[in-house]
Formats: sequence, structure tokens, C-alpha cells
Amino acid sequence: MADLSVKVAGVSFDNPLIAASGTFGFGREYGEFYPLSALGGISCKGITLTRRDGNPPPRIAETPSGILNAVGLQNPGVDVFIREDLPWLKQQNTVVIANIAGNTIDDYCQMAEKLSETDVDMIELNISCPNVKCGGVQFGTSCESVSSITSEVRRHCKKPLVVKLSPNVTDIASIAQAAEAAGADAVSMINTLTGMRIDIRTRRPIIRNNTGGLSGAAVFPVAVRMVWQVAKAIKIPIIGMGGITTWEDAVEMLMAGATALQIGTVLFTDPYAPVKITEGLNRFLDENNIQSVTELTGTVQPW
Amino acid sequence: MKYDVRQLPLLSNKEIAQGIFDMRLAYEQDDLPVACGQFAHVYVPGKTLRRPISVCDASGGELRLVYQVKGEGTKIMSQMQGGTVDVLAPLGNGFHIEPGRRYALIGGGIGVPPMLYTAKQCDNPLIITGFRSASLVILQEDLAAQGETLLCTDDGTAGVRGFVTDLLRARIAEVDEVCACGPTPMLKAVAAVCKEHGKPCQVSLEERMGCGVGACLVCAVKVRKNGEEVMQHVCKNGPVFNAEEVVF
Repeated sequence: MADLSVKVAGVSFDNPLIAASGTFGFGREYGEFYPLSALGGISCKGITLTRRDGNPPPRIAETPSGILNAVGLQNPGVDVFIREDLPWLKQQNTVVIANIAGNTIDDYCQMAEKLSETDVDMIELNISCPNVKCGGVQFGTSCESVSSITSEVRRHCKKPLVVKLSPNVTDIASIAQAAEAAGADAVSMINTLTGMRIDIRTRRPIIRNNTGGLSGAAVFPVAVRMVWQVAKAIKIPIIGMGGITTWEDAVEMLMAGATALQIGTVLFTDPYAPVKITEGLNRFLDENNIQSVTELTGTVQPW
Repeated sequence: MKYDVRQLPLLSNKEIAQGIFDMRLAYEQDDLPVACGQFAHVYVPGKTLRRPISVCDASGGELRLVYQVKGEGTKIMSQMQGGTVDVLAPLGNGFHIEPGRRYALIGGGIGVPPMLYTAKQCDNPLIITGFRSASLVILQEDLAAQGETLLCTDDGTAGVRGFVTDLLRARIAEVDEVCACGPTPMLKAVAAVCKEHGKPCQVSLEERMGCGVGACLVCAVKVRKNGEEVMQHVCKNGPVFNAEEVVF
């Protein structure tokens, strides 16, 4: 059995597989399939300062090899999360990452302060949600705004800080550099790509929000390319995600430059996917006499 | 563990009306028993999302799913033959049936199938089904074995011409409670008739779904709880809701 453990920003994960924010709620549902300790970590559903009801339905549409979603950050608010969900999550023997989203920089700072007083393991700064009217991705699409929000939150955050990057930008490497320079301990990438589907009979967009975020296998090659580009541009670790579906995808994402991985959409196809991917990864390491999964990171040999 | 994915042997998969298929899977009620009104989340090879299909029946060693071909996923489902089907079931909260009460069970179109297994849990139910047209009528013999059935179609090509609400209104005094599944406008109309006559009403709702277990929050439905409007989810809180609480 190879060593599957990884370390990101000083936090140790038993394996590199982390459930991606927005696909896993606060863990309780998937905890009815398998012990959550099977996962390296859980990135919780994005939370906001106060409760949000999210967008009207339909919130999802299937696309070739993927899905579009526009949930719109439905969540009970940071205080309810801390009071009712975090204590349970901390008993599951897995790393707990709080994903925070806000309308203003002040929202993010207030949440970072509140969460810094809890035993949450990491904070993931969601500046890449494409499905809300205020905030969200608007903080994540220019180097200046990424820099200012990251440095502001950094001052209020005592926990390791991961900045989650949007792929809906011209040059993601420079955005990642801005996050690194402003004090991020790691980046996670990629959030969803903005997309749209139209029902040709009704001429209405299938998603009530008109546009949504594209995820699933369809975005995997884009995610690999972006992780590879960013890995060359920054020194802090990358949590790679975007359409990872099989253990082979996981290996590929690690080789592109990721230290840990998040998986999301595939859970809807197969709830056991993280367990199967971890097993496959372990088999691959053993078969190739690789002692530790960390030896794969960034080992792609480009032409 | 409350949830499990099972590989169920596919016994048969036949078209029983225009574009409507009857899938039978080998299944024994076990430690995760299926209740009426629950659904199965069916994996479709090559598709990212599972297809949520309400349980038509779960007795006699079979899990029976009657579904309509609506898009690519259900088309692929309709072509499955032999082998096994990957099913995440049972999911959701079904109809709450109490002994000693008389129920009217209302089904509209592809909302009719869950009413069969529901009828099997009721004493002498009154079963009212409605369809657009005769070519879409399903399950009449199965339902007739469980209670009195009334049939209507929009165009009068089978049963009486009219809506399920017309038939319900004429007989509602005989029943204690109403359970309904069908298109949203029908559910809204059924709920209104029940309210008018002071009868409790349970409705099974549909919404585009993701995970099926309440984690991804896509299949949202607005309900009124303690005077406040909150978002709940068809897959986890439903698919069956108290009609009084649903904000249609």
C-alpha cells in the first residue's frame, strides 16, 4: 500500500481526494453511503454571512459529458453552519474546509473571522461562483480584485487560506500569481465554466438563471491545461478539480501539477466514485513502485 | 448506512403505451424496504445524471418502474435489455398511508404509476386517473384490482371527457384524504379542490434533479413552514409534500 497522504498549507490529508464544494452539502447525505473518513477532506457547500434561498428552479441541466448548474449559493448562513453542522463534521475524521462566498469584501472578512475561532481546518475563498448577482465571480476575474480581496481576508483569517479560481478569465496564471502574492496558502481550481442551454420548443433557457456553471468530464481537459499553466507560475500548492471522473483522471491531474484533488459532479453519477478513485490511485502507485502519491505532482514531461 | 446502489437484474422492459415503458427488475424487499411514493435513481450508461423514476410497484420479487421517454436518457433506458441496471433506491419520502382511512388516489399522465403501489397500501381506495388521450392510458387493469377506478381523458377518447378534478369533486365527500401525482397544474387544482372541501392532500412533486439524496440542492421547491417560506428539496424532503405547505 503506497502512502496516499498529502499536505496542503500545513494541513494533512489521509488521501488527496476531497469532495468539491456544492456537490456534497455538509456531508451528512453521503455519510449514509460510506464513512466520510474514506475521503481526504470535504469542502463544504458555499456559505454566506446570512441565509440564502438560492435561485428558482430549474437549477440543473444535463450537457454532453457534464451538467450546468445554477443553485445560487443556497445555504443556512455561517452561524448555523458553525452551530449545527461543523461539530458533526469534525467528528467524521476527515479534513473540513469551509467554502465562503460574499456580496462584499466585508462579508468575506466577517466570515473568515468567525470561522477562525472554530476548529474548521481550512478556508476556501469562493471568488468564482458564476451564479449569483452580487459578488461571487466578480471578485475573481481581475488580478487587482483577487489581490485586494485575498489580502483583506488574509488579515482576518487565522486558518490556512485557499483561493478558488474561476476559469472564466483570460489569463488564469496571472490571477493565481495575484492570489499567491496577496497571501493565499494554496489555490483550488477550476470552478465551473459559464454556459447555457436553450429549450428549442419553448425558446427558454433550461436553467431559470439563464446561464449556469458547466462541470463534469466535459471540462476536464480545460482544467488539466489550467492547472498545468498555473503550476508553472506559482509556488503554493494547487488543489486540482474539474471533471475528474476516474482514477486515471486523478493521476493526470496530479501530473499536471496538483497536490490534492476535488471531485464533484461524478458523485451524481456514482456516489462511490471517491472511494473507487482512491483505490485505483493506490493500485497505480503500487504497480509502478511509487512510494508516495506526492511523487506524481507536476511530473508531466511536456514536449 | 441508509443508501445503497444496487445492480438489479433486468427482467423485462416493454412499451405499454405510446412512448411509455414498463421496466421490471428483480428485487426483494430487504433491509432498505421501498415505501409507496418513493423513487429510484437509475444510472443510464453514458449519461452524467441518473434518471429519477417513481416506483410503480415493489411487490412479488420485482421493482417495477413505468416511465415516459422524454429525452436522450430515458431513450437509452428504453433500449436496455438483459443484464443488470444500476439503481440507487429507495429514495425520498413517499405517501403517508394510515389504516382505517379512505383515500382518493389521483394520477395524471406519467404521474399515474406511483399510484399503483400506493393503492396496494390502502383499504378500498378510490382511484382517479387522467390522461391526454386514449393512446397514453396505462395501468388500468392493475389499478382496478386495487379499488374502484375512474378514468378521464382531455379529449374524451377513453373514459369520460374532462379532468381528474371534475371526478374528484363529485366523489370527494366519500374519502378522508387525497394523494396525487401528476403535472404541476393538476396538483395545484387538486390541492384547491381538497382545500375547498377541507380534506388533507398529499402531492408528489417533480423537479430537475442532481444527486437524489439532498446534497446538491438543485431540485428546490418552496414550502411554507411555520409561516415562513423556505426552500426544500424534492429528492430528500419529498417527493411527497403536504399540499397545504407547497407554494405552487
